[in-house]
Amino acid sequence: MANMTMIEALRDAMDVMLSRDPKVVIFGEDVGYFGGVFRCTAGLQTKFGEERVFDTPINESAIVGLGIGMATQGMKPCVEIQFADYMYPAYDQITQEAARIRHRSNEEFSCPMVIRMPTGGGIFGGQTHSQSPEALFTHVAGLKVVQPATPYDAKGLLIASIEDPDPVIFLEPKRLYNGPFNGDHKAPSQNWKNHPLGQVPEGYYSVPLGKARIHREGEAVTIITYGTMVFVAEAAVEKAGIDAEIIDLRSLLPLDLAAIEESVRKTGRCIVLHEATKTSGLAGEIIACVQEACFYHLEAPIQRVTGWDAPYPHALEWDYFPGQDRVRRALQAVMEV
Amino acid sequence: MTSHIKLQFAHPPARPGDKPDFSSLEIPQAGTLPVLAHDVAAQDCIDHANSLVRVLNDAGEAVGPWAEYLALEDPDALRSGLRDMMKSRIIDMRMMNAQRQGKMSFYIQGIGEEAVGCGFQRYLRKGDMNFPTYRQQGLLIAAGYPLEKLMGQFYSNSFDPLLGRQLPTLHSAREYGYFTVSGNLGTQYVHAVGWAMANALTGQDTIAIGWIGDGSTAANDFHTALLSASSYWPPVILNVVNNQWAISTYTGVARGHGRTYAARALGYGIPAIRVDGNDYLAVLAASKWATERVRQGHGAVLIEWYTYRVGAHSSSDDPSAYRPKDEAKAWPLGDPIERLKQHLILIDEWSEARHVQAESEILAEVIEVQKRVEAAGTMLDPQPIPGASLFKGVYADTPEHIRRQRQEMGV
Ligand SMILES: Cc1ncc(C[n+]2csc(CCOP(=O)(O)OP(=O)(O)O)c2C)c(N)n1
Repeated sequence: MANMTMIEALRDAMDVMLSRDPKVVIFGEDVGYFGGVFRCTAGLQTKFGEERVFDTPINESAIVGLGIGMATQGMKPCVEIQFADYMYPAYDQITQEAARIRHRSNEEFSCPMVIRMPTGGGIFGGQTHSQSPEALFTHVAGLKVVQPATPYDAKGLLIASIEDPDPVIFLEPKRLYNGPFNGDHKAPSQNWKNHPLGQVPEGYYSVPLGKARIHREGEAVTIITYGTMVFVAEAAVEKAGIDAEIIDLRSLLPLDLAAIEESVRKTGRCIVLHEATKTSGLAGEIIACVQEACFYHLEAPIQRVTGWDAPYPHALEWDYFPGQDRVRRALQAVMEV
Repeated sequence: MTSHIKLQFAHPPARPGDKPDFSSLEIPQAGTLPVLAHDVAAQDCIDHANSLVRVLNDAGEAVGPWAEYLALEDPDALRSGLRDMMKSRIIDMRMMNAQRQGKMSFYIQGIGEEAVGCGFQRYLRKGDMNFPTYRQQGLLIAAGYPLEKLMGQFYSNSFDPLLGRQLPTLHSAREYGYFTVSGNLGTQYVHAVGWAMANALTGQDTIAIGWIGDGSTAANDFHTALLSASSYWPPVILNVVNNQWAISTYTGVARGHGRTYAARALGYGIPAIRVDGNDYLAVLAASKWATERVRQGHGAVLIEWYTYRVGAHSSSDDPSAYRPKDEAKAWPLGDPIERLKQHLILIDEWSEARHVQAESEILAEVIEVQKRVEAAGTMLDPQPIPGASLFKGVYADTPEHIRRQRQEMGV
């Protein structure tokens, strides 16, 4: 067991799977020789050769479309979209092709591929390097959608995703690539190297899709979140001194409804937190599910803390990013009732 | 396995540690290609799409039919072109420095490619619209765009006409013929064609100009734009800036087994020429020709500008990881500023001393503006835009749900 950054953990997952399964191939813009702009695939081409790890033209629809062709022919492509913001040209291929092929062919064909994409803000990336498009995928039957918050999960979930028989959208919170982030951009950056959740076993293991993780146990209120916001929630809870339970969803589709319901029944209060815009966001879906299953256990209206319904700004990034203060206010609001 | 079938992968001629190698490039002598008729058809552009229009020879003389066609008698025009390029480079160098000092988040420079934007701008008129990407700042500089605004945009402070919404170098300057730049590659190329169609439909005699990098020609929208331009024949110039690299990816990956990017247009029936983009005079000649062609109603045209990205892709990139360190020096088409300077000195319209003086004048101007702009806040000492501006301009009228979010934010 060694400490790894999330980038190293993701690379390790791909390394393990390239070694185990000759059908796994990795490709995308800059991922081959250079190892990707975030260096997630650094060294893999040297180790496995360019028939296994290669650069593509700047054409996201080609990256996904080629992956579909390969996956339906029995390979296991794990492709990279350089930033989630650039998946739109591939959106048709992802949502109407990859997601549908199993169903529309009555299982004559299937499409076991992984589409990795860095997501979220907090890096001064402006409008086109900061988006959180998960709701655009969780709305699509046939896809699975995953987002890890720790290096351990990143590796285990990516291995499970590559092994999954269906297409998986693998969203990587880029603000967590190098270390956990509690939302305080003025504080010194933290590093996974010194963090217990940066511990990653060597070799093969997997973390099942569709299962949430309890990040912090608590009795007073449930905070349902994922990705970068897990650590923002943790910091807010500690500052507020409230005994909250924090659920890291890990899989956004399918959702671990059992884990969500069990926690909300226990605490009777609930906050849903994400960075993506509010309107028609995933929080709305989660709140509807909680409401359907736990209405009589609720002590207070469910709160949601999200990004605003505006494009991600460059200069006003920290006004946009749902930080500790907004989470604390929501905690106070649910606890007051 | 018994199969003989194998894939091929494109490789650059040299990687870090290797000697830079441009020996496989075919660089014709300056002055060899004829000037084309304005109404030339694609099938008559095969040489021009596969070779290279060049005006300045190695000695710095302007030679051949394109030099005659340009017939540029006014040396002041060339001197101001030289100054535009020098200004562009000085801004790039100072801004890269400011980025390294943590004063701004990010920067994209155009070092080595100055001739393309600075030269092309000379033939544009009020009302023409460029649809640029992040590396065409030269168009704005040569258009006389106020430096306060240019730099304010980088620093995202009160000088920024875009209120801190966009990443540095993603400008928007309608009055200066500069369409709002998207971070998503290639999207603007189709908009240029649509804008040009609107010009034709509404009886305006202005033109539209699309800009795209060689790597981004791989994007769907490049092909969509060519197809649309081919179908409707609007007044649009489609530029491809071939600077050899798309971040770490060698240009051969986007080009595949195609010969040139210009030749791509021929398949769509669109005339195309390939031009030495480091030759300011060739840039002027080709720009003059292309703008005349489309203004005269002869329809779309594509220009491939053959150049080299000297600097890193962006302030986040380290090119020494994927190409030889001294590759830029080995680039056979030289440096656009040096080449124009050499020409002007040769024709007795410039001197080393005037060059040094011009450099210090431009530097002083840039420093003066930079100081003023930095005083309004940098990333180290932010005096940001009011928070409420985040919600302004999402829609023409602010809907109730956004008004509530504004209230929640407390602004
Ligand atoms: C649709 C899309 N995909 C990927 C990116 C990430 N990206 C930004 S610049 C770039 C390389 C562009 O290369 P090229 O078109 O040759 O232009 P250059 O930077 O060389 O001027 C890439 C891949 C993006 N901005 N948009």
